[in-house]
Amino acid sequence: MRLVGKSLANIFPFRILTPLNAVVEIQNLRVEYPNRDLGRGKGAKLAVDGLNLRVNSGEVFGFLGPNGAGKTTTMNVLLGFVNATSGSASIFGVDVKRPIARARIGYLPELTYYYKFLNAEELLRFYARIFRVPRGEREKRINSVLKLVELEEARKRLIKSYSKGMQQRVGLAQALINDPDLLILDEPTSGLDPLGRMKVREIIQRLKEQGKTVFFSSHELGEVETVCDRVGILHQGKLRVEGSVATLVQQYQCDLEHVFLKIVGYQPQPRT
Amino acid sequence: MNNIFAVAGLVIKELYRRKDFYVLFVLTALITLLLGSVNFFNDDRIIRYLKDVCLLLIWISTLVIAVTTTARQIPAERESRTIFPLLAKPMGRGELIVGKFLGCWAACGTALIVFYFFFGIISASKEHTISFAPYIQAIWLHWMCLGIVIAMVLLGSIVFAAPSSNATICLIVIVGIMFAGGHLNGIATGMRGFGGGVVYALYYVIPHLEWYDVRDLVVHNWGSIDWLICGGATIYAVAYVGFLLGVTWAVFKRKPMAS
Repeated sequence: MRLVGKSLANIFPFRILTPLNAVVEIQNLRVEYPNRDLGRGKGAKLAVDGLNLRVNSGEVFGFLGPNGAGKTTTMNVLLGFVNATSGSASIFGVDVKRPIARARIGYLPELTYYYKFLNAEELLRFYARIFRVPRGEREKRINSVLKLVELEEARKRLIKSYSKGMQQRVGLAQALINDPDLLILDEPTSGLDPLGRMKVREIIQRLKEQGKTVFFSSHELGEVETVCDRVGILHQGKLRVEGSVATLVQQYQCDLEHVFLKIVGYQPQPRT
Repeated sequence: MNNIFAVAGLVIKELYRRKDFYVLFVLTALITLLLGSVNFFNDDRIIRYLKDVCLLLIWISTLVIAVTTTARQIPAERESRTIFPLLAKPMGRGELIVGKFLGCWAACGTALIVFYFFFGIISASKEHTISFAPYIQAIWLHWMCLGIVIAMVLLGSIVFAAPSSNATICLIVIVGIMFAGGHLNGIATGMRGFGGGVVYALYYVIPHLEWYDVRDLVVHNWGSIDWLICGGATIYAVAYVGFLLGVTWAVFKRKPMAS
């Protein structure tokens, strides 16, 4: 079934999904970075070690882990920025190495400074063109995403004059310009003030209601608890735990923050 | 092609919204106008010197525009991290490279037309005549030369991390080729053994940018060159551009993009 599904998926990437509508499927993923400090061939840094993960259609999946756990590397593999040392990853049943795999996804990187010489409208028009959004549809989409991220007033202003929060919101707008079925968000609320965080959280909630699949990494565990259907906790390149927030909280008899701390092996220092 | 043209359009927009081109154009225009207003020794042939200086300034300005614009393209995308949302879209790395090349080349072509238009006006106002064929050939060959330069700098921008070091190295190589490229075979014949072989090999490997410098035709009104030679030079430029872009793509494809 899998073999048939895969071969058909290569022919009709938008028609065939892997079983159970897996939007993201990662199997035995291993990523090693050459360690330049040790010299060529003398060692490698293992960023992701035998990761198996599946994100189903319509769910909001929180990808958690301490810094250096391998979250961003996994996202980089999904986006085709980094090649896997071994294992496989697919989006909508299409191998992530093929650019077409990215046709139905929206990606928001962490802290990006968009083209200073463009305004929000021009930036979105540029990205819409790459997604081949028809000309007639382009302006409608631009208006709708700018309204969603509340940047209508600043649409004609050059991006270089935007605040950090506005930069992040224009980033979110570009991630939504193709009306994606899967959103990959890398720490979407990083560096934002509480109001900015709230707005981003509201947008994720709204996308969830629209049936979009959201795969996002975050250090804000409260936020993850609020918006995620399922979470996966990665530590030292390995997926330590995966499940719904409610199940994990029940299983560990504590809130998500303490579940996280237990998983990563945090031991509080006794007070002297 | 859609993605390539989208990226190229972005590069062109960047060039006309930055000040580099305007500064260089105003500088070239000012120096030429200043020289044009002076009448040295009541010599009627002074117009040749004026044309020579103006064309030299155009070559220097366009080379600076081509090198600096191209050198910052990929490093700036990486530094501002815009390369990540860009490559996260259905766009191949090859399309990005070709788009950047086309954008820089088209932008330089536009700058070239503006510069040569100004030169044509100055020249025609002094000589009261203008022969179009050598002008067209000079512009065309100049543009082809810039194509090779841009492809070379684009490769450098993938290999060298800092745009400034890439621009400096490329400018030294370009100026070196323009001045010494045509004499390498002569030098090689005067050398013996391994060194001579290396210089000979270098003569055949380097792109001969000096072939595209036909300023003398325009300065001395020598008339046009054979169009077949022009076509041959165009094919030579296209081959080099294709080769350099191919190497750039191969190197860029292997580079991991850690966001």
